[in-house]
Amino acid sequence: MAVFVIARLSFLEASRRWILWAALILGVAFLAIYAIGFNEIRKDTERSISNAIASSETYNFLMMAGLYVVNFLTVMMTVLSSVDAISGEIASGVIHTLLSKPVRRWQVILGKWLGFEMMLSLYLFLMAGGVIAVTYWLSKYHSPNLWNGLGLMWLNTALLLSITFLGGTVLSTIANGVLAFGLYGIAFIGGWIEQFGSFFQNQNAINIGILCSLLIPSEAIWRRASYEMQSALASAMGGFANPFSLGATPSQAMIVYAVLYTLTTLGLAVRKFSQRDL
Amino acid sequence: MTLLKPYNEGMTSPAIETKSLKKEFNGKTAVRDLTLTVERGEVFGFLGPNGAGKTTSVKMLLGLVIPGGGEGRLLGYPLGDPRPRQKVGFLPEHFRFHEWLTAAEFLRLHAELYSIPAARQRAHIPELLEMVGLTSYANQKLRTFSKGMLQRIGLAQALLNDPDLVILDEPTSGLDPVGRRLVRDIIRGLRERGAAVFLNSHLLSEVEITCDRVAFIKHGEVLQVNRLQTLVQGELSVQMRVRALRAEAMAGLARWGQNLRADGEAITLTLQDEAALPEIARYLIEQGAEVYALTPQKLALEDLFIKIVGTDGGL
Repeated sequence: MAVFVIARLSFLEASRRWILWAALILGVAFLAIYAIGFNEIRKDTERSISNAIASSETYNFLMMAGLYVVNFLTVMMTVLSSVDAISGEIASGVIHTLLSKPVRRWQVILGKWLGFEMMLSLYLFLMAGGVIAVTYWLSKYHSPNLWNGLGLMWLNTALLLSITFLGGTVLSTIANGVLAFGLYGIAFIGGWIEQFGSFFQNQNAINIGILCSLLIPSEAIWRRASYEMQSALASAMGGFANPFSLGATPSQAMIVYAVLYTLTTLGLAVRKFSQRDL
Repeated sequence: MTLLKPYNEGMTSPAIETKSLKKEFNGKTAVRDLTLTVERGEVFGFLGPNGAGKTTSVKMLLGLVIPGGGEGRLLGYPLGDPRPRQKVGFLPEHFRFHEWLTAAEFLRLHAELYSIPAARQRAHIPELLEMVGLTSYANQKLRTFSKGMLQRIGLAQALLNDPDLVILDEPTSGLDPVGRRLVRDIIRGLRERGAAVFLNSHLLSEVEITCDRVAFIKHGEVLQVNRLQTLVQGELSVQMRVRALRAEAMAGLARWGQNLRADGEAITLTLQDEAALPEIARYLIEQGAEVYALTPQKLALEDLFIKIVGTDGGL
């Protein structure tokens, strides 16, 4: 019961503090620009390309570019909105009134996590759903495995949220933000090194990429999502026609690892929070 | 090993019991030995200089800080157990709350954390807002509240669950005289219905008016626990202004007390018992002295505080 009270409180906080609204208003602007741009390119594509397979390649590429940005924005939104969710309330003392109630500490962490996840899911599904819907509305194109792709993008929010929650139980707000973006940076560069390594068949580079993914699997999750949603041609070419997942497709095992990573991180956040003095 | 005695069947547990509670932060001792008992229905003052470990002690009672040693019970449950907090109200020192909530929303949130049924909330929350004088601000965001208003809404929050124990950490620091009187009235009301109040304050005049017993704490250690009534009665000083008193008659006053001092017409004497006052008056007149004044003076809590804690402020 307390978990849901706190979840609702966190969701309400995101809405009252204009986090959600600011993100959604800019999200609508993003979708509008995407729609106008997509429509211009569609007109050109219909004039110059008569081949249905070739035009669907163009549409898939544009849609994936749109989703790439949505993924990036969701990552930013996850870290920026939640970075002070715990450390901020500890520093200000707001947490004292909350935890002097008959509430267990794990209920506070889990409740907050659910509240933020509700907000982030809403954001992700409106933004990603918007890109997919605009694409379909203007071109009648939809990519394969949409739900798998969206599910993986959702997993990314859960993963990063758990990391900022763990950081928030032991670090100050600023240090937590630096840590989260620092890790994301490692994942990002690791992902590209792995892709180029795969392209040039350089095993060392591939290993560095995998190591980075083990440290933080967020970029690997995105590459798997983009692999799931890539066009038939890109799949037929072993992924080499997909610039978001150049040949080096993270395995199912990496996704299982990411799920376990998320659960472990959240579990550690609960444990650290339960053991610390407030 | 358990330090605290187990309860016999049918026995009501004290509101707070601690034995040798300790806490260190990074090797620096915050609380060295917190040993005290607060009975149900009593108002207990917790006094000490800044940095004496008062807030850390309160946080240990509420499970916000994990003790480094010793043992304690809150309403009969071990410290850290969330169950007794169902019947505990708490006003924290800095009263920082979710400022984007309105006053009424804030009270509803905390009522839900106490699992208070919706019907009871609807009846009780307006009553509490009325009591702390914030009815007309019910739908205003806490962001717009002054320090005193925040303290008032914090007090209302501490009373949502009809608590058996209320812990108030400096409850009047942001309040004007009207607000302080409100706090006194609330504390009296709580005592009348049998609730215990643990009052952490360095406003000694407040403590003097409201508390049954006081503990003095310094360097994280309880130095003394005194019943305020007996303490104040026991140490009574009487100041007299008397003319034409013979030296041997003056010496005869010593039989009623100690520290007999004379400075011209002014005589002071520390008494054991207030009942000696009429006897002294009769004696002085029988001795042919002219009595201009006979004024009993209770030892103020401030004098006592300085006597017990010292003037170094515990630093």
